[in-house]
Amino acid sequence: MNKVKGLRSKDLLGLKDLSVEEIKLILETARSMKEIMLRPIPKVPTLLGKHIVTLFYEPSTRTRTSFNTAAKILSANITNVQMSTTSVVKGESLIDTIKNLEVMGLDCIVIRHSMGGAPHLAAKNCSASVINAGDGFNEHPTQGLLDIFTMIDKRQTVRGKKVVIVGDILHSRVARSNIWGLKKLGAEVVVVGPPTLMPVGIEQMGVRVSYHLDREIGDADFINMLRIQKERMEKGLFPSIEEYSQLYGLNAERMKKAKRDVVVMHPGPINRGVEITSEVADGPFNVILEQVTNGVAVRTAILFLLLGGQNGA
Amino acid sequence: MSKLLIKGGRVIDPAAGLDGIRDVLLESGKVKEIGVRVKGQGARVIEAKGMLVFPGLIDMHVHLRDPGRPDKETIASGSRAAALGGFTTICCMANTEPPIDNPAAVEYIIAKARTEAAVNVLPIAAVTKGLRGEELAEIGRCRMEGAVAFSDDGHPIMRADMMRRALEYTRQFDVPVIAHCEDTGLSAGGTMNEGAVSTEIGLPGIPSLSEEIMVARDVLLAREYGRVHIAHVSCARSVKFIRDARREGASVTCETCPHYFTLTEDAVRHYDPNTKVNPPLRTKADRQAIIRGLRDGTIEVIATDHAPHTVDDKNVEFNQAANGLVGLETALGLVLTELVGKKALTLKEAVAKLTANPARILRLAGKGTLRPGADADLIVVDPRQTWQVDPRQFASKSRNTPFTGWTLKGKVIHTIVGGKQIVRDGQFA
Repeated sequence: MNKVKGLRSKDLLGLKDLSVEEIKLILETARSMKEIMLRPIPKVPTLLGKHIVTLFYEPSTRTRTSFNTAAKILSANITNVQMSTTSVVKGESLIDTIKNLEVMGLDCIVIRHSMGGAPHLAAKNCSASVINAGDGFNEHPTQGLLDIFTMIDKRQTVRGKKVVIVGDILHSRVARSNIWGLKKLGAEVVVVGPPTLMPVGIEQMGVRVSYHLDREIGDADFINMLRIQKERMEKGLFPSIEEYSQLYGLNAERMKKAKRDVVVMHPGPINRGVEITSEVADGPFNVILEQVTNGVAVRTAILFLLLGGQNGA
Repeated sequence: MSKLLIKGGRVIDPAAGLDGIRDVLLESGKVKEIGVRVKGQGARVIEAKGMLVFPGLIDMHVHLRDPGRPDKETIASGSRAAALGGFTTICCMANTEPPIDNPAAVEYIIAKARTEAAVNVLPIAAVTKGLRGEELAEIGRCRMEGAVAFSDDGHPIMRADMMRRALEYTRQFDVPVIAHCEDTGLSAGGTMNEGAVSTEIGLPGIPSLSEEIMVARDVLLAREYGRVHIAHVSCARSVKFIRDARREGASVTCETCPHYFTLTEDAVRHYDPNTKVNPPLRTKADRQAIIRGLRDGTIEVIATDHAPHTVDDKNVEFNQAANGLVGLETALGLVLTELVGKKALTLKEAVAKLTANPARILRLAGKGTLRPGADADLIVVDPRQTWQVDPRQFASKSRNTPFTGWTLKGKVIHTIVGGKQIVRDGQFA
């Protein structure tokens, strides 16, 4: 492994705050971690004695399991704390929870929360490393990094490539983390979705807005499909799942317009038949399961960079 | 009562059209005499050479949290904060727990203020029972008990017909309805201004339209039915609608707050809950429009919307944090630094918005001026003294200000209420 350079912050709160060099360092490190994952015994002692906790105020299977796997590859201890969604409103305050975890000797807190900025509040109030595993509509940096890792894995670079992100941009932390990272690395980003799910002023993040998937698909190098939640329909942001699928869903018919080497991505969990048909989700262009594998590599790299620096690898 | 002679200060009394070096003699709780040289035999002398002398400031929008939340503020603590900030008269909003929506509650505030308040405290009573926007409260009886205005502040009156009835009914008492303009459908779920910054930092937005639509409605209603005062104006199109309505002769006045002419949504970028306020901090263009509105007289009043909250209500996730910030102890400093200091307003214009104009809108006889016969409410301000905002020094029970560490110019030295010196040399006398 190369000389360990570090990340500037003790925390990973978002791709917005990372420099190009830091993003590249994480991606490079993730590549080494992926090699470790392919060994017969995928385990190194790097974080032996370190203790990580996942503190989730929203349900998650993939992200939490991915962090657990990453921690175990590095020989760290990991504890999972599941908070109920109502505890945000009624339970112990976030700062109290964080301070309690800190005095138990935890080195790293992986937090998922329904409100933007919650990990920032946690980070400000403890000396442990805080990793944002998704905060409200704000960011999901490890997802953004694993998406970019996967893109580079498939096409060597994202510079100059066209990435189309489709769906509920308004409520998507995945979209925001993708946008921050991809723009820093020189990609062209187009966000596609109904106007009611498009946040005001998103153009100022350097992306182009389109309401017509068919017009964007032809020259796309990557298509990143976001999960659409039924509750948005119930709030009147679009009229029906059927209409949404017809306008913004990725199906075989639509895929005929795409480049022959287009890469289709999805952060999961998939609503089959809603934003993407099974034919496409399981089809030749998809890298959806590779994204999951890469997620472990990226999270291993982040834990290593945040916690492993001082002890040496 | 003893006599006080404030000597040689630059007296600015916009109601009297006065800006000049004068002596002011206070006697028996009233302004006795004002002139270039006043004898004032037997009076205690306050030397004010090089100082500014204003009528005591009037804040027509304050939350004192009494009854209900003495951990946030009381009439005693809030009025002491006012005195330190140069306000000798404050009007407290009705959204307490329970609300001030009946004559007994108005009487309670007035009685409590008489025993514990450091400055004049005038209650604003609710427009509708329980602030529910459904039935008129006993506006007449509340008025007779001493309510100076009527407002469901914090709970916008969504039904236009209800607002119409409120404007019509209050006409007989010559009191304004103070409107909190917010379409709660458009603002639902939002925690900051909707725009590029909310998109960038992933917080749910409140479009400025949620205010503008209601301002448009209320100025239209005012043209037909009565007198409205728009509270805490925060955005450009609100200013425009109010300006146009006033030109057309509607009985519309309005206020803005120091945070709207000082800060923008950029202040929210780091999720500091002390920047969370309703209406939210807006864009640069909105801020500039607010300053233009202050300059051209569309916005006649500067009020604080002083909204004290405990640390526990603020030091949580941004979306969870309570709305509002404390303002009584920073308002004058911000006006002098941000408006007068940056030449947006003359000193006289600025003082008018803190004295004569609110007194006129609320029909407060003897307030907001230093004419002989007026109440002896007066402050002495050192225009050259700079000071740093330190919430630990606040007399308010709450510390929720976004201005911690700011250096402001212009310090309140003396505060005199009804002829009695409450603050002396920047400390409680």
